[in-house]
Amino acid sequence: MTLLSKRFGFLLLLAIGSIFAYSRCSDTQAQETAMPDVIDFNYHIRPILSDRCFKCHGPDANKRKAGLRLDTPEGAYAAFKDNPSMHAIVPGHPESSDAFQRLITKDTSLRMPTMSSHLTVTPHEIDLIEKWIKQGAVYKPHWAFIKPAKAELPTADEDWVRNPIDYFVYAKMVEKSLKPSPEASKEQLLKRVCLDLTGLPPTLEMQDRFLQDNSPQAYEKIINELISSKHYGEKMSIQWLDLARYADSHGYQDDGLRTMWPWRDWVIHAFNSNYSYAKFVTWQLAGDLMPRPSKEMLLATGFNRNHKITQEGGVIDEEYRVEYVNDRTNTFSKSFLALTFECARCHDHKYDPISQKDYYSTYAFFNQVPEKGLFGTIDASFADPPNMSISTKDVQSILKFIHKKDTATVDVMVMADSSKHRPTYVLSRGNYDMPGPEVGFGLPKSILPFTPAKYSQNRLGLARWVVDPANPLTSRVFVNRMWAQFFGRGIVKTVGDFGMQGELPTHPELLDWLAVDFQSHGWNIKRLVKQIVLSATYQQASTVSSASLKVDPENIYLSRMSRIRIPAEQIRDQVLASAGILNKEIGGPSVKTYQPKGLWEVATSGRGSLMNYIQDHNQDLYRRGMYVFIKRTVPPPTMLIFDASNRDQCEVQRGRTNTPLQALVMMNDPHVLESSRVLASQFSREKGSLEEKLTRAFRRIVCRAPKEKELAMLKKYYEAEQASCVQNPKKVQKLMKIGEYKQDKASVTGSTAAMMLTIQLIYNLEEAIMRV
Amino acid sequence: MENEFFKNRLNITRRHFFGQAAAGIGGLALGSLLVPELFKGDASAQSLPLGVAHFAPKAKRVIYLCQNGAPSQYESFDYKPMLNKMAGQDLPDSIRGTQRLTGMTASQDKFPLVGSYYNFKQHGKSGTYISEIFPHIGSIADDICVIRTMSTDAINHDPALTFLQTGAQVGNRPSMGAWMSYGLGSENKNLPAFCVLLSRGRGNGQGVYSKLWTNGFLDSTHQGVVFSSSEDPILYLNDSDGIDKAGRRRMLDQLAELNHEGFAENKDPEVEAKVQQYEMAYRMQTAVPELTDLSKEPDHIIKMYGPECLVPGTYAANVLLARKLSESGVRFVQIYHQGWDSHGNLPQEMAMQAQDVDRSSAALITDLKQRGLLDETLVIWGGEFGRTNYCQGKYTVDNYGRDHHPRAYSIFMAGGGVKAGTVYGETDELGYNVVKDPVHIHDFHATVQHLMGINHEQLTYKHLGRRYRLTDIAGNVLPGLIA
Repeated sequence: MTLLSKRFGFLLLLAIGSIFAYSRCSDTQAQETAMPDVIDFNYHIRPILSDRCFKCHGPDANKRKAGLRLDTPEGAYAAFKDNPSMHAIVPGHPESSDAFQRLITKDTSLRMPTMSSHLTVTPHEIDLIEKWIKQGAVYKPHWAFIKPAKAELPTADEDWVRNPIDYFVYAKMVEKSLKPSPEASKEQLLKRVCLDLTGLPPTLEMQDRFLQDNSPQAYEKIINELISSKHYGEKMSIQWLDLARYADSHGYQDDGLRTMWPWRDWVIHAFNSNYSYAKFVTWQLAGDLMPRPSKEMLLATGFNRNHKITQEGGVIDEEYRVEYVNDRTNTFSKSFLALTFECARCHDHKYDPISQKDYYSTYAFFNQVPEKGLFGTIDASFADPPNMSISTKDVQSILKFIHKKDTATVDVMVMADSSKHRPTYVLSRGNYDMPGPEVGFGLPKSILPFTPAKYSQNRLGLARWVVDPANPLTSRVFVNRMWAQFFGRGIVKTVGDFGMQGELPTHPELLDWLAVDFQSHGWNIKRLVKQIVLSATYQQASTVSSASLKVDPENIYLSRMSRIRIPAEQIRDQVLASAGILNKEIGGPSVKTYQPKGLWEVATSGRGSLMNYIQDHNQDLYRRGMYVFIKRTVPPPTMLIFDASNRDQCEVQRGRTNTPLQALVMMNDPHVLESSRVLASQFSREKGSLEEKLTRAFRRIVCRAPKEKELAMLKKYYEAEQASCVQNPKKVQKLMKIGEYKQDKASVTGSTAAMMLTIQLIYNLEEAIMRV
Repeated sequence: MENEFFKNRLNITRRHFFGQAAAGIGGLALGSLLVPELFKGDASAQSLPLGVAHFAPKAKRVIYLCQNGAPSQYESFDYKPMLNKMAGQDLPDSIRGTQRLTGMTASQDKFPLVGSYYNFKQHGKSGTYISEIFPHIGSIADDICVIRTMSTDAINHDPALTFLQTGAQVGNRPSMGAWMSYGLGSENKNLPAFCVLLSRGRGNGQGVYSKLWTNGFLDSTHQGVVFSSSEDPILYLNDSDGIDKAGRRRMLDQLAELNHEGFAENKDPEVEAKVQQYEMAYRMQTAVPELTDLSKEPDHIIKMYGPECLVPGTYAANVLLARKLSESGVRFVQIYHQGWDSHGNLPQEMAMQAQDVDRSSAALITDLKQRGLLDETLVIWGGEFGRTNYCQGKYTVDNYGRDHHPRAYSIFMAGGGVKAGTVYGETDELGYNVVKDPVHIHDFHATVQHLMGINHEQLTYKHLGRRYRLTDIAGNVLPGLIA
């Protein structure tokens, strides 16, 4: 991406897109045009070969053209079958390497990539390939498939660094002639960690406490407080719920109710209890197969039942059963391995060493569930078998973290294996009714061989394989996803693709250091999180200096902290919490809050209990965003508008757009207006000058004191609105009617209405919904 | 290497834009940058960014009248007198071949053929056969191209609709409209490029789902925006009670001032983008209600679309609104109309459904034609699959049902470079199989994109390592459909 593009990104994108212009970082990392002295296969050559050549000359044996494969050195160096004197690549000799000659030939009928592929290789890339061949055309294994190892910490400015993370980040900055930004202000830092660790803004009390604490441990104390808060688990869960495609309805057309929320409560519990990642993963993949599984272990396996389930009368049972197994297989590979197994469902993977046989061997693990494609039509079940029942007694004894609201038992879908082994076949072109050769249990050996001596032949073996320290991917993938949560971008930008077509890590040594460190310290998630937030890298100010904007517009090299618009659920949390009306209850059945009329009704098939939207009341209206009911076919609109997942399939990375629809939500969503009203009413009962009240409002929402100028603007606005409101009591009545939160009659005055409008203005500030 | 096609173009445009136009940028209204026409003066047309087609388009906009639930081809556009002659006889195995059946009829021991309850007649110079329950569409037979040989891979509503709209049965791939928005951008600075309108008929309905108009892996800016018939045509569009236009303006002015003050500190260039999004929202607050207000349409228009078009949320009202949106530059207007799933009681249900859609569907085409817009607007009418030529359930002379049939069904298209007054493709005497000129869903997508000036193999988006396109790995442009 060019330097101009970030600065003018919004202008350009306005010009090229729909009106829903947005601003987002580019999808490619900064292109380096300088010619390196030593060409590295992994960093310089494979990305080109993979992207432009492997589709026809890669791992997919069935579609390989001219019998030539360029993804292995044996394939590339071999003599051509039809002309043994010719070779695709001759190390040291681009002039006799046919593959290279075909890149540069002027004859378009011979030139590669072919015209019909619509792909091209740039002159710079050709130069790289030429130099690589001259230097001996050395192949290397794909970086992500090599077991990570800890590198020596590079040298760095000892005054700046706080922990190992910083050494690696600093070294990269130096390489790019960048310098770290100054430390963030205490206000900024507090808002940052609060939002990142709990998803909630700091209260005024916390702000005051932290600002007054001048001890060197002040920051760490806050972190310890946040990380042990019950809201930490909520915040950490959201990403996991996206990846696990958690929802409250079945998802296909009739889209009936399902009760998977106890599983969601378990995820929160697991993060709060700081289960090791190994245990977290093992229980979800194979809790039912553990020796003497507890009810909790069984509940954890709900992970693999969160996929959509059809209730459409007349479907072919097996077609959908197969679809569910596919969904589990794809979710497994994307979430634990960051690989796109799904590409190998119909044919060998075009880029990665995953054969179609590998795909179905992995699929075999998930193919043993005693389930039906169509258990019944709508409302046949909220939890199709296999399932478990959770009773009030369970909740009082062993499953205390489940927030069941009444005495009825709740059924939750869980995993089980049939007593009789179900054979698995390679399905020709992925079709359920075209079985080919039978396959056993297995996983791609390019990652880590699934040797029968080492792992049991079932999902438990699969789970052990995932968390085996020899697995090169698991730890890297998780650490990278966590990193992205805090920095807005992964060390590997494509958090869902560590394969050949994924982006390369920007700080490979750092990624590996973190991965090994995480694994060797018992997969301790809270420890990892603390490490990140205690780093100097994390504690930098987020001011965008012109130097860093120029050299590194995307902030790849972290010479400042990234400013990130907070996720959909947290926008709601932020609004309700800063107004003091957030209901901080954890877990339980999802809630139906204010939603524009008619959305479910216009889309329904006219069947089932979710035909009409029946809004909840009282305290249920003020639950956190993560508890808002997700009907998959009509997801909650404000969530979608702010880029939340529709939970249709496993999603590991949300977009971050900026659209006029978002502006409309912030201006007119009843939650925002109601919160403004409640806070304004509260202020009307409190003592203090106008300036003090405006400052308090600003601090609650923006989490810093307003500058003098800002305060003056707020005051000016308030006074103008007050003048207008006082003259128009009818308008005040109408304005303050909003929302079901109890109305304090005495506060329905022109002044309170003006305060309400001013608070609403503050909620609409760009900074109000930014993690700064 | 995301989407190199556009990136290359974009880079060139960037150079062009900042090289020659940068001086004027401060004074340019941001909104006008949205209008691709702005760039049309550029001599190097090749270098234009998204917002400009691969080659000269026949159509600029699409209005897709999706008949959700699958209307029967036998009672609409595929005239099969042989079915009437053979009514009650069993469908020969030789015709059915290996076709799989849905769970609803798989267990039937007999498959009695059933002919149309309604008569057909030939219309216009083209002599196109159209059923008597669609008299208005019959009257514009010379403006439309009936395709009798659509075929799909799915046999149930959800996967078939998802396939029809996104090119894949699995869900979460970008919808046709999202691809158009991504590839061609918007023509109107105050409206989304991709709008969705929903209505329900009186027949058996099957629901709609937001994955049909999803952006998939494209940015959510390309998601279909649902226009509703409620007070808020777009969600949260209207200001809350007690906030008037002047008050909103004051708030936005103050907001911009405060945001700029924030920018002085954080120096984040995104802040300005935010300010502009609020301005755009403000403009939409005026532009959209003006557009969705159908009460000011002249009498002859109301008459043409039928009185129902004044009842918000009806198919007729949505079709009229679709015309207005399209006329205002919305790239892709997607209508879904439920109620065509006649597993039983077909003669009655089908007649009611036809009554609800016939007049306004035809009116749209006539209206566009009268406005000189038909040539550049592609209108598509049809469902996700067809229905069986045999009866589902008990067959009586005046009551029967039809199950889902994926192998051959009918739709029609009009305008936008489509060959008018023609019938494309042929099915066998019993209408079960295609005998000439098949149109698979992928071919249909390739052709629609072609009409819009898009090479379906070139409009790709790289997501998780793979270049995706609407037509997946298949699809042929069908010249026989193009004028």
